[in-house]
Order: sequence, then structure tokens, then C-alpha cells
Amino acid sequence: MNPQARRRRLELEDVGDVTVVNFVDKKILDEQNIQIIGEQLFDLVDNQAKKKILLNFGNVEFLSSAALGKLITLNKKAQTSGGKLVMCKIAREIMEVFEITKLDKLFKIYPDEQAAMQAF
Amino acid sequence: MMNDPVTIQYPAEVSIPSDLEEARQLQTRIEEQLQAITRFSEMDLFAIKLALEEALVNAIKHGNQMDRSKKVHVAYRVTSERFDIRIIDEGPGFDPEDVPDPTAPENIERPCGRGLLLMRHYMNHIEYLRPGNTVVMSKWSKNGK
Repeated sequence: MNPQARRRRLELEDVGDVTVVNFVDKKILDEQNIQIIGEQLFDLVDNQAKKKILLNFGNVEFLSSAALGKLITLNKKAQTSGGKLVMCKIAREIMEVFEITKLDKLFKIYPDEQAAMQAF
Repeated sequence: MMNDPVTIQYPAEVSIPSDLEEARQLQTRIEEQLQAITRFSEMDLFAIKLALEEALVNAIKHGNQMDRSKKVHVAYRVTSERFDIRIIDEGPGFDPEDVPDPTAPENIERPCGRGLLLMRHYMNHIEYLRPGNTVVMSKWSKNGK
């Protein structure tokens, strides 16, 4: 894998005890790309023992079903470790994808970061 | 029958190896044509892009098992009111009825199986042809059926 592909796909910021995650990519596509994003997300729970994770989708314009799979796995990992995964700022088109797949019922989704922070 | 996605004449046909980067380049070309020619709304364009992504990933990953020696054969037609596409992989095919409903409570936490659901939702017509390695899909605006 070339170094470019390995570059960091997530911007992380600790706000109190909450880890706020922003996505670098506007489009979460491609098997390889999604694999890397998945690894970097899972690392937060598996190795960094983060308990409160907030995914901010403000930068994301497009994602495919393969990306949904990673979010489902992350959600499970967070729950299993006694943590919580919350999401916010999901674009209207992507929100529809969540609704069609009924993942809007599985995930905790809030309109903005402020509301999402209250959810922990 | 002019618009029957099974029998229509597709003006553009291309075969690509089972490679996601090649698929990306083809997607970009198709998206550029859609932007230039069609009168679809932004929401409809998002829908087509997503269905196209899911269908090509299915063909490459599940159909051809990422085997670069196997090709994906894509034929498509873009008009001002309509988009039609036929995608054939070189795999054994599958029965879409065998794919479990990913929205069922017992499946909701399974990480796979949502691509087909999204394709069905976002396109006006989608049909798998026997033996299940060919998918035809269409999207039309209100004047384009």
C-alpha cells in the first residue's frame, strides 16, 4: 500500500472526555479507503480505549454501503466496551441513506455538535 | 418497448478489469455525462451515483471476486430525462431473493447486505437477469419514462 493511501483519514479532537472525529474525505468510498477509515475508527476503541466518540459528518457528502458496515461494527465495539457512539451533522442525502437502511434507529444521531455533546 | 432496459440499444459499451480504481474512472465519466446531459435534480444525481457505486462494487467484489483477469461489462445510455445501465460480471451469478433483508431486526447489526436495498430504493427500475450476473437499472425524471 502506498504511503498516500495510509495517510490519516480522521481528524481527532478531545473535547473534555469526548473524542470528536471529523472525516478528512468528502466521499467515503473505495474498498481500500473504507478499510483504512475502519481501522482508524476501531483503533479508537480497541487500542486507545476511548469511551465517548462523536462522529461529525459535516465534511462528508457521499458514502456507500461499505462505509455503513464499518459504522455498524464501530457502534458494536463501542457498546461492547461500555462506551457510546454518537453522530452529528449528517447531510440530508446521507440521512436518507440511514433512513432507508433503518440505521437511523440504531445510531444516535443529532443535528449538530452541541446537541450531540449533550447526549453523552 | 423502446425503454425496456433489457432490450434497449445502449450507445456506450465498455469492459473494465475487476479493479475498483478502473471502476472509479468509469463512474467519473458517467457522472460527467449525467451532469452535462440530464435534467435530473441533485437528489436524483446522488441516487444514481450511489446505485452505480453499489452495483459496480457488487460486480467486482462479489461477482468477480476481485479477480483482475475477469471483466465487468458495462453498457449505458444517458438522455436528458433518463439513465439506463446494464452491468454484467463474469461470476456465477446470484439470486437476489437469497439476500436477507438488512432492515429486519435480526439483521440490522450485520455489516453487509445494504447495497442491493439502496439500489432498489434509488432507481426506478432494477432487475437481475438469469443466472444473476447481469443487472439492469434505470432512473427517469417525471417526463422520462
